[in-house]
Amino acid sequence: MRYAMAIDTKKCVGCSDCVVACQTENNVPEGFCRDWVTESVSGTYPQVEIELRSERCNHCEDAPCVRCCPTGASQIVDGGIVIVEHDECIGCGACIESCPYDARYVHPEGYVDKCTFCLHRVTEGLQPACVSVCPTKCMYFGDIDDPNSEISNMLKTRKQKTLAPEAGTNPHIFYLI
Amino acid sequence: MKEEIFISGRNLPHIDPHLELWHWPISLYLFLGGLAAGILFFAALVVLFRKEDKYIGAVKYATIIAPIAIGVGLLALLYDLSHVWYAWRLYVTIRLESPMSWGAWTLMLVMPVSMLWTLSYFKEYFPKWNWDFGFLSYFDWIIDFVIYHRRVLAWILVPSTILLGIYTGILLSAFNARPLWNNSILGPLFLTSGLSTGAATIILMSKSHAERRMFSMIDLVLIGIELFLIIHMLMGMLAGSQVQHEASLLLLGGEFTVSFWVFVIILGLAFPAILEIFELVGFKVPAIIPALLVLLGGIMFRFIMVEAGQLTRYLY
Amino acid sequence: MRTNRRQFIKISALGVGGLAAVASTTSLGGSLLGIFDSSDPGRDIDFKRTATYCEVCFWKCAAWINVDKEGNIVKIIGNDDDPHCNGRLCPRGTGGVGMYNDTDRLKTPLIRVKGVNGAEDSFREASWKEALDLIASKMKDIKQKYGAESFALLKHGSSGSHFEHLFKAYGSDTIGEPAYAQCRGPREQGFSSTFGSWVGSPEPTDIRDTKCLVLIGSHIGENMHNTQVQELAEAIDKDVTIITVDPRLSTVASKSQHWLAIKPSTDIALLLAWMHVIIYDELYDEKYIKKYTYGFDELKEHVKNYTPEWAYGITTIEPSVIRKTARKMADAAPAVIIHPGRHVTWYGDDTQRERAMAILNGLLGSWGKRGGFYLKEKVKIPKYPHPAYPHPKWGWEEIGEEYPLAQMGLTNEIIRASIPEENTKHKVKAWFVSGTNLPKSIPDTKNLEKALDSIEFLAVCDTMPMDVTGYADVVLPECTYLERYDKLRSATNREPSIALRAPAIKPKYNSKPSWWMAKKLGERLGLEAYFEYKDYSEVIDWQLRKLGSSLKEMKRLGVKKFNRTSGPLYIANGEDYEFATNTGKVELYSTELAELGFDPMPKYTAHPEPEQNFYRLIYGRAPMHTFSRTSNNPNLSALKDENKVWVNPKVAKLWSLKNDQEIYLKNQDGVVTTFPIKVRITERIRWDSIYMVHGFGNANKKLSRSYGKGANDTEMITNVMIDPIMGGTGMRGNFVTFITDLKSIVS
Ligand SMILES: Nc1nc2c(c(=O)[nH]1)N[C@H]1C(S)=C(S)[C@@H](COP(=O)(O)OP(=O)(O)OC[C@H]3O[C@@H](n4cnc5c(=O)[nH]c(N)nc54)[C@H](O)[C@@H]3O)O[C@H]1N2
Ligand SMILES: Nc1nc2c(c(=O)[nH]1)N[C@H]1C(S)=C(S)[C@@H](COP(=O)(O)OP(=O)(O)OC[C@H]3O[C@@H](n4cnc5c(=O)[nH]c(N)nc54)[C@H](O)[C@@H]3O)O[C@H]1N2
Ligand code: SF4
Ligand code: SF4
Ligand code: SF4
Ligand code: SF4
Ligand code: SF4
Ligand SMILES: [Mo]
Repeated sequence: MRYAMAIDTKKCVGCSDCVVACQTENNVPEGFCRDWVTESVSGTYPQVEIELRSERCNHCEDAPCVRCCPTGASQIVDGGIVIVEHDECIGCGACIESCPYDARYVHPEGYVDKCTFCLHRVTEGLQPACVSVCPTKCMYFGDIDDPNSEISNMLKTRKQKTLAPEAGTNPHIFYLI
Repeated sequence: MKEEIFISGRNLPHIDPHLELWHWPISLYLFLGGLAAGILFFAALVVLFRKEDKYIGAVKYATIIAPIAIGVGLLALLYDLSHVWYAWRLYVTIRLESPMSWGAWTLMLVMPVSMLWTLSYFKEYFPKWNWDFGFLSYFDWIIDFVIYHRRVLAWILVPSTILLGIYTGILLSAFNARPLWNNSILGPLFLTSGLSTGAATIILMSKSHAERRMFSMIDLVLIGIELFLIIHMLMGMLAGSQVQHEASLLLLGGEFTVSFWVFVIILGLAFPAILEIFELVGFKVPAIIPALLVLLGGIMFRFIMVEAGQLTRYLY
Repeated sequence: MRTNRRQFIKISALGVGGLAAVASTTSLGGSLLGIFDSSDPGRDIDFKRTATYCEVCFWKCAAWINVDKEGNIVKIIGNDDDPHCNGRLCPRGTGGVGMYNDTDRLKTPLIRVKGVNGAEDSFREASWKEALDLIASKMKDIKQKYGAESFALLKHGSSGSHFEHLFKAYGSDTIGEPAYAQCRGPREQGFSSTFGSWVGSPEPTDIRDTKCLVLIGSHIGENMHNTQVQELAEAIDKDVTIITVDPRLSTVASKSQHWLAIKPSTDIALLLAWMHVIIYDELYDEKYIKKYTYGFDELKEHVKNYTPEWAYGITTIEPSVIRKTARKMADAAPAVIIHPGRHVTWYGDDTQRERAMAILNGLLGSWGKRGGFYLKEKVKIPKYPHPAYPHPKWGWEEIGEEYPLAQMGLTNEIIRASIPEENTKHKVKAWFVSGTNLPKSIPDTKNLEKALDSIEFLAVCDTMPMDVTGYADVVLPECTYLERYDKLRSATNREPSIALRAPAIKPKYNSKPSWWMAKKLGERLGLEAYFEYKDYSEVIDWQLRKLGSSLKEMKRLGVKKFNRTSGPLYIANGEDYEFATNTGKVELYSTELAELGFDPMPKYTAHPEPEQNFYRLIYGRAPMHTFSRTSNNPNLSALKDENKVWVNPKVAKLWSLKNDQEIYLKNQDGVVTTFPIKVRITERIRWDSIYMVHGFGNANKKLSRSYGKGANDTEMITNVMIDPIMGGTGMRGNFVTFITDLKSIVS
């Protein structure tokens, strides 16, 4: 089993519901975020294009954050989800330095925190909070090892990209373009 | 025009708009680690070559600084941990993939060895003390034991200090995500720089002209290597990918250019090298000036690399 | 500075209480010990769910409030059975928790204390009894001195309906809300003159099944009205053609096949040219036109000279693009929507622009058609019995007399009637304001302040110390929608439905629900007979029982759907169908407007353009905020805590502006923004306009997150173009220039 997310940039309106939902689902403290939305504008008026991307930890297959963690607090669990075990984390920040996506932050309580793919929901068969609220339903979450899953189908039929593939992390958030 | 913005205000402390997580404690930690590694490496070599009598400054006096440096460095590291009550977690796992992990373990090895080393010179630091008297007598046999086994300590130190010196560089260079750090030269470069600061410390601690001359020569060679490695590193980055190219520009035409060139290249490397050459060819130069400059250059180098490296990132 | 009778209270002693600091100490202690892990998410099954519908905007999505075992509101999730949200709230609804948690909330009633010897006025904390006694006595006074009609109610949202009941019982029908004359008014009129029906809210646009969606300014996706956004995404999946007319590359424009970057204020020209193409290229369905429309020949004649070439010179949109897009619409017809928009008070000829949009829909036959406009329906909620309201001598209708087709109270006219120097027939002497932040929602601030200065009494009911509270004599702190009962929701949709709002938790601080305030005021005014219940839940239960449900059932369901009784969702092909217009047909030629002496068919009139160095000020929505009401919300301000002024790179170059540079804006009348605003240089906007999100630049220091963040577009809107047909306040005829030397402002 390998969890992944595919996000349709053609439908995303950048509303950031995914960000608020994550705040309230995961008690993300005020002033911090596990996910965020990027707007990328290119072209010259009036030939202008926008790409909107809801971004978060990429749950990388070759996760440098896990590799560099001195205590093993950063780890990959079932389904390829990268998590931080809070009470194994010493707060050295190595994982933050190692992440090409700046997807982690130091929680005010000291440990490092980041997107968990809503492990606590996923294990109960629910969709991650961000996916479950998105008004445009532009996020697809599921098992890419299962060729019949919705996400596998999306990835089969749509053009896609990942962020900074050259960083060699093998990211598992796919953007449908 | 190309615009790339966060529309839902990402404003993570120490991360946005660019990473500023590691500051002086980490720079200091790296500097002091390198310094201790340099001192202990030379001290160990001197012992292994049985030249203790000739290079007293190296084996006996400079080495006092090593455990202190390591201790202060470790304190700086602890100070930097945001979840510090869990620091013990560092020493219940060994994770070879993580430089932070094996570096911490290396320090854990070098620290006591360096303390034993200074212990072995305790009687010589305090020749007037009566070691047969009172509680000191309990230490007596321990001290004698370490004096007897000093060569064993030296054999341990040579590889472990090289490891430690390299670690101070690899800790940074292992971060693929920070293009300025991510090159194979940073390890040898920081090792060389560490050795150079070690040599400079020995010059400062030595009272013997011959010893100072010897270490000036060594230092000169090290500075040469360091300059070569820096040029090599920058050339590599200029020729590298777009992100690396942009990263190198931080040092070659950006925010850190002035401090890098003034403090690291000119004051920290070129100028002391010139002074040392002058001295070697016979001019009278107070040896402490180039030595202090080398130390200044060493510490600035780490400060600049740590700060500048965090400004560099992958573009996507 | 002029000393006002009603000096705006900014800094002075709003009672805060020491409640704010409690939360942070526990987490600090915990983190020192290193044992506290607050980020452990709870499990849904452990939460208690309470039904509500959202009050962060007026789409009224039904939702579940989740409360954890410690009694904290954890999250709010959409109700799966609700046709307004389909189980998914928008970011503002999800962030509604922040309204409850905001420690800047109004905590207790406040009464103005006049500053003596030149000192500033301030508020003192008061008991509910004191505050309500004071308001009741003023209401009696005013009634005695001038008649109840002189006490106006300006309101918006759920709280307004309770006070509306109070005011009608008291004898005043002088009631207005910004959602009409500052918002939807012109489109309701434009469409009703054409189809005999208001558009209403939620809009009956069948977006999910449309083949071609035409958006004139309407910026769905930033305008987060929930199901419209959901259906837009659904339509994109089905390869809908989207045509967006907007001087700015809105989010939805970036998803459109055709972005028509129109010169602002020229939309009517484009619409006329589209009609021209459809009629003269014979792209319409002749049978449909014959059977269902009135005035086709007049229209044909009317648009004869409005060619795409003519429109090009006005709109800057290429004739070929006008032709191509007209064809796209016709190809899709009748599954095409020329979206009416919602905030449509732009240039003073707004009813006519909306008419033009309605006519285009009429030509394409989209009203009552799948993929066009469905035939909406809602549940009629039985009225809880009370004595008949007295008949006021005058009210909102008389105040708005000059505008024959004003169908609701005109806030702007009520404000005018409050200024003694204005030559108005009726005079307003006091206001009760609830749920509307007037200094942000009403243009022409100077005029508003004049009125505020003149009235004898102002009571404000709000949840937050918003700008409007600074002018109040009495401030009533309402609890948030999460802590109270309100009216049952019944709104139009495909399927009729009702939704319950029940309190999840006791009101925080010393706040109270507005139904309680209205009742207590009523009792003080001798109007007990209008409030014959102890708790509002009794009213709801009574109504629900009449509808065959009960409060108990609704607490479990949250939403209940009913079967349609008005007939099918769409008009069948060829079906005999009578529209509620004078002629029973879709009036391409409006008999109603003609009778009243207005143009029966829309004409294009040129509007003034910015002078050199000035740019047209246009504004809109950010998806994560609602007007000013969310600007201080902890969850939502974390996403975006200021607005920026969008400037085209060419303009930026001319002015040497840098990204994020702070500047002030100055308008054509010399008004300068109170606060500076940061620059965003972007290709997403024309060079003759600048854009900003409405709702920022709050002036009340009690708003700790939003005070002084960004600039307030409203204060730049001093030129208001009133729609002669329905009295709407056109707000987009204002031009601003940049002040880059910040020091020149400070002095
Ligand atoms: N310049 C400019 N002006 C505009 C607009 C614009 O885009 N630009 N838009 C126009 C439009 S379309 C509209 S609809 C209007 C909207 O105008 P308003 O409805 O006045 O908008 P808000 O600024 O959100 O003000 C709402 C007020 O209600 C308070 N409030 C929120 N919840 C409650 C509650 O439960 N109880 C009580 N008692 N109070 C509550 C908030 O704190 C806030 O003070 O503005 C119009 N005016
Ligand atoms: N997130 C969020 N959503 C909301 C609200 C909110 O506060 N926040 N408020 C709700 C309410 S009450 C309303 S009324 C609606 C309003 O939402 P809409 O009806 O969509 O509002 P508009 O005024 O059409 O939207 C502004 C757009 O008009 C464009 N524009 C400006 N001038 C012109 C012009 O001359 N011609 C054309 N063609 N376009 C122009 C602007 O560039 C901008 O993109 O939003 C609703 N939805
Ligand atoms: S909730 Fe969905 S539409 Fe909104 S920003 Fe996130 S991904 Fe995009
Ligand atoms: S995105 Fe960053 S934090 Fe997430 S797995 Fe990859 S490297 Fe680690
Ligand atoms: S901060 Fe925590 S999770 Fe990150 S590398 Fe250090 S110990 Fe591991
Ligand atoms: S998957 Fe969960 S933790 Fe990750 S961004 Fe979405 S809501 Fe947050
Ligand atoms: S559209 Fe959003 S803010 Fe408006 S009622 Fe629905 S959830 Fe609430
Ligand atoms: Mo509105």
